[in-house]
Amino acid sequence: MAKLLIKNGRVMDPETGHDQVADILIRDRYVVRVGQNLHAIAATLFDATGLVVAPGFIDMHVHLREPGFEHAETIETGSRAAAGGGFTSVCAMPNTQPVNDDATVTRYVLERAARSAVVNVFPIGAITKNSAGQELAAIGSMKNAGAVAISDDGKPVMNSRVMRRAMEFARVFDLPVIDHCEDLELSAGGDMHEGLESTRLGLKGSPGCAEDVMVARDLLLVEVTGARYHTAHVSTRRSLELIREAKARGLPVSCEVTPHHLALADADMIPYDSHYKMRPPLRSRQDVAALADGVAAGVVDAIATDHAPHPGSEKMQEFERCPHGVIGLETALAVALQVLVHSGRIPLMRLVELFTLGPARILGLASRGRLSAGMAADVTIFDPDVEWTYDVNRSLCKARNSPFDGRKFRGAPVATVVGGRIVWQR
Amino acid sequence: MSETREKAQLMSASEIERTLVRLAHEVLERSDDLDRVAFIGIRRRGVPIAQRLAARINSLEARDIPVGILDITLYRDDLTTISNQPVLNATEISFPVAGKDIILMDDVLYTGRTVRAALDALFDHGRPARVQLLVLIDRGHRELPIEARFVGRAVQTTDREIIEVKFKEIDQVDKVLLVEKVD
Amino acid sequence: MAGLLGIEGLERSEIEAILNRARDFQPFENHTYKRLDVLKGKLIVNLFFEASTRTRTSFEIAAKRLGADAVSITAAGSSVSKGESLVDTLNTLAAMHPDAIVMRHAASGAPHFLARHLATPIINAGDGTHEHPTQALLDARTILDQRPSLEGLRVAIIGDIAHSRVARSNIHLLSKFGVDLVLCGPASLAPPELARIAPGVRITYDMREAIRDADVIMMLRVQLERQHEAFFPGGEYFQFYGLRLEHLDLARPDVLVMHPGPINRGREISSEVADSQKSVILSQVENGVAVRMAVLERILGGHGKTAD
Repeated sequence: MAKLLIKNGRVMDPETGHDQVADILIRDRYVVRVGQNLHAIAATLFDATGLVVAPGFIDMHVHLREPGFEHAETIETGSRAAAGGGFTSVCAMPNTQPVNDDATVTRYVLERAARSAVVNVFPIGAITKNSAGQELAAIGSMKNAGAVAISDDGKPVMNSRVMRRAMEFARVFDLPVIDHCEDLELSAGGDMHEGLESTRLGLKGSPGCAEDVMVARDLLLVEVTGARYHTAHVSTRRSLELIREAKARGLPVSCEVTPHHLALADADMIPYDSHYKMRPPLRSRQDVAALADGVAAGVVDAIATDHAPHPGSEKMQEFERCPHGVIGLETALAVALQVLVHSGRIPLMRLVELFTLGPARILGLASRGRLSAGMAADVTIFDPDVEWTYDVNRSLCKARNSPFDGRKFRGAPVATVVGGRIVWQR
Repeated sequence: MSETREKAQLMSASEIERTLVRLAHEVLERSDDLDRVAFIGIRRRGVPIAQRLAARINSLEARDIPVGILDITLYRDDLTTISNQPVLNATEISFPVAGKDIILMDDVLYTGRTVRAALDALFDHGRPARVQLLVLIDRGHRELPIEARFVGRAVQTTDREIIEVKFKEIDQVDKVLLVEKVD
Repeated sequence: MAGLLGIEGLERSEIEAILNRARDFQPFENHTYKRLDVLKGKLIVNLFFEASTRTRTSFEIAAKRLGADAVSITAAGSSVSKGESLVDTLNTLAAMHPDAIVMRHAASGAPHFLARHLATPIINAGDGTHEHPTQALLDARTILDQRPSLEGLRVAIIGDIAHSRVARSNIHLLSKFGVDLVLCGPASLAPPELARIAPGVRITYDMREAIRDADVIMMLRVQLERQHEAFFPGGEYFQFYGLRLEHLDLARPDVLVMHPGPINRGREISSEVADSQKSVILSQVENGVAVRMAVLERILGGHGKTAD
């Protein structure tokens, strides 16, 4: 029967448009009231004067690495990093070991999360068995076990017939299909974006069209199957154009961008530094600009980090041997603020929407991503102006592979409330 | 929901009406300062009681007693699991609670847990000077030390029995039924 | 000069200094060589993860002629060069306390990686498809043996440019000296970005156009694997991009034909051309030692002081 009273913060709720200073009363795991000058008996008080109080942030693309890769990250450490970044919910991608392709693994993830995670964990099930791209995974049972979407992330579904069948099946269960769009034959093991920089550095490049070709194929299949579809980590101008056009035609399509793709281009990479190596790779300046335009124009629905921890030993190798991926939970808000809000591209409410209502709608989480009476008591409290420097060595996650180490930011999370409890404070 | 069968009708529409008139007079008699009085009906069926009593007092004394609605769903102590659906909360109290002489109203007083939750919810709105309880039916079997100041009718029941109060505003008819659980 | 990772980052004046000093190390009339003890007591480790007898030996000889001790570490069998990570080697190297490391590796950026973790000067003897600085230096030295200056020369580089570190280093070097540079190869092996990595470069897919009025023709190796990866139709390479005698008529009469070696006769260059008067391929090899001596001396020892 614990109560939490968050007082005097700038309460922003994208669903209702509420944007003014107010108090929030939370009892147990629900928001009871949002209003002026609230009282409560025996409530913990949190003074949010000068801070923004938003619905709890949702990161719909996170690699928690458990089961199977606990040396890189665990559900517990990943969840702590999430809380440290202001996230109250994360979606766990299925490329674990074993791959989350049936109800047993889905249930395992949920049980581990119930016991050790400090934030809500929503599993994403695989599209195909072992994410091998051939036979469909146990989509129905995974949904019943609690999966909120399906994806073979890390890999695309190369076989179009299999993707079509997966979409048809998923539609019946009202599960969104999330694709990692990359035509593997075109990208052919490229280590960075194919362009002037890769040519200069003598590295194999992965061209933008490897992503565009797959996005185009997926959108055409959505037209045929009517499935709800979501493009993971969009990185090219052309892909955004295709998605925008599909949305204009009324197709049930959504997409996300990562903070690192919004902030960095291939030319920003320190040569051969594996902390800049991920898939899709950092693209050209034109692509980066197009992503910000896409956010401003409403084509992009969510910001998701694609948090991909790798142990230091694996990232300390010649560039071409390093695994792809960077962490991002703890810098997501600051990077997004810098690129999109402090630069004047979008208003703060739109940014909050990208972290809250946007992902909640895609995943069908009706009581999250919103901050009004009756909603789950997940709250993100942040200061949009505090200046700080990111020190990756103080990260709460196990890994250290971030391109933002040492970078100065303006804006940071201050406290994270999950289910009515403060699980992290600055 | 288990199967139930109607055992008896405890009150007809006219009996309900007469009881409410009597309760209105009792409230007037026992309230020192009507300016401080406010009614709060516990959703759902405490609400018609509060509204009708306020209307009756208005016609008797030409006084507008403020009426508030209290939704206690979020204050129940059995809200353990979080669903992915939001929980509706329709509390509407448009007047300040502090310093008021509140009469909390509900259709049936049984274990007392609903009233306890209502007190919790009410106190999160402010500190009233006093809270009294008014119920249409008191059916006994208390599990908490809670009593009603104003009681329409006291009825002896077993725990296999349920009292169903129906109001025109919600159920299209006014009556009180005694119903029994059937296995 | 702390190491030599690539030509791209060098100033023109530094390149000129190396090329001038290399002249002192070219063989005398009687085929003897200058020997110096300027690097006596220094240890140079040749770290070769890709098999390359010629380049490695060239560096060994250069080191010894300057009085240094040279030790070669080759990955045990070239297949291992793809299997082992560099990190394993770091500790071994550190324990040897070398004064310089000469490194060749199949991964672009490998010497950069090593340079981030070791204070020892690192000389790039070829990293993946990125750069091969001493090759470009010896190519320039070879051209200068026959021409008064590089300025304004018309140089054609022909072959699998996309995968050639020799091409990249040459592009950077020649561009700094105002050369009119033409790149030529099959479309999939000569991407347009290559023309933008340095000024003064253009691309053509027509070999005859590339060679017309050329002062220098540099032919590059073509690997057989590329045709299996669908880079160009099998069997057609020599027909459209192989250098034959009749091509030389299109170039200037005193054209120089160069090749970094080893050459594939009948694939990128015909035997007649390889053996003709215009070929300076052998001189390139000889200049390799001289240039490498100049580089080692500059990095490890005094600055070009002659101590006869």
